[in-house]
Amino acid sequence: MPGMYRDRVKRGNKRRISFQRMIQLLAAAAFNGYALGFGKGKIFTGQTKLFCVPVLNCYSCPGALGACPIGSLQAALGSGKNRFPFYVLGLMMLFGVVLGRAVCGLLCPFGLVQDLLHKIPVPKLAVPKKIDRPARYVKYIVLLVLVILLPAFAVGNAGIAPPYFCKYVCPAGTLGGGIPLLLANPGLRQAAGWLLGWKSLVLLVILALSAVIHRPFCKYLCPLGAFYALFNRFSFYQMRFDREKCVGCGKCERACPMNVEVTKNINSPECIRCGMCKNVCPTGAVSSGFSCGKAASPDARETTPEM
Amino acid sequence: MRIKTSALRFGVAAAALGLTVFGVALGQHQEVFQKAVRICLECIGIG
Repeated sequence: MPGMYRDRVKRGNKRRISFQRMIQLLAAAAFNGYALGFGKGKIFTGQTKLFCVPVLNCYSCPGALGACPIGSLQAALGSGKNRFPFYVLGLMMLFGVVLGRAVCGLLCPFGLVQDLLHKIPVPKLAVPKKIDRPARYVKYIVLLVLVILLPAFAVGNAGIAPPYFCKYVCPAGTLGGGIPLLLANPGLRQAAGWLLGWKSLVLLVILALSAVIHRPFCKYLCPLGAFYALFNRFSFYQMRFDREKCVGCGKCERACPMNVEVTKNINSPECIRCGMCKNVCPTGAVSSGFSCGKAASPDARETTPEM
Repeated sequence: MRIKTSALRFGVAAAALGLTVFGVALGQHQEVFQKAVRICLECIGIG
């Protein structure tokens, strides 16, 4: 048994928290570090809210220390000032070009919620490719229509557009912002109406689906995931596949929660860089890391991301 | 292909930095702040 494989088997036998889960938990805690807010039913108002966090984390979550990029983008587009959102878009592009969808796989708190729900031991549903493939494009439509076009052009009487995605869809806002605030703040509870009912229904459906389908929101609906997907092929953080080490066992593709064809298209826009393929590979053919574009050493024989 | 990829990632990174700095110069970070420190009623399902 090769040494590396033996080590992996040994590690696999111990039930301990994975690197991915540890990063996810730390990120969720870091982005929502204002614990007092949950008790008071108030949100954080400190200077860190000048910055957008890279993940879908509602700025109305009582613990949130930063601003949500998707909420900020809609607010900027719908502000009625007809100004291009340089700051928010620049930050989002920066996160995208550095990490790509590693943000989804390693940092997003709502991704963590979906991952944990998928651990519930119920029969899992394999979405047929006929439905799965076209449905993956829905998130790009959500990004274009609900996050960009409607806030930019469908303005109300006051010349301001509502944040359509946040208002009608965002389950992360309902879970992280709506529910904790309504529980701790009786004044807000009295103001709740049909919209809260609709958003709670959306949240419940997504949470229920998460138990049977891996990360349904990330696969089909998340506009932020759609945005970062555009950067996946050339971001500084890349997945690498060494064809010379591959023994064709297919474990990587079976383990991939996003159904990426690891051996053919490892930096697919659908890859969330969760590292599952890397963890199960018995020969170490899959690796990941930051790349600045230097030529790979001949010994490494790493595949270059195809453009 | 690797050179193109490298040029693209550095080009996009530079553009992203430029946009961010230009946005800060326009004071757009303050607009983000003003929005983020108020409870967004639409976001939580009330507005």
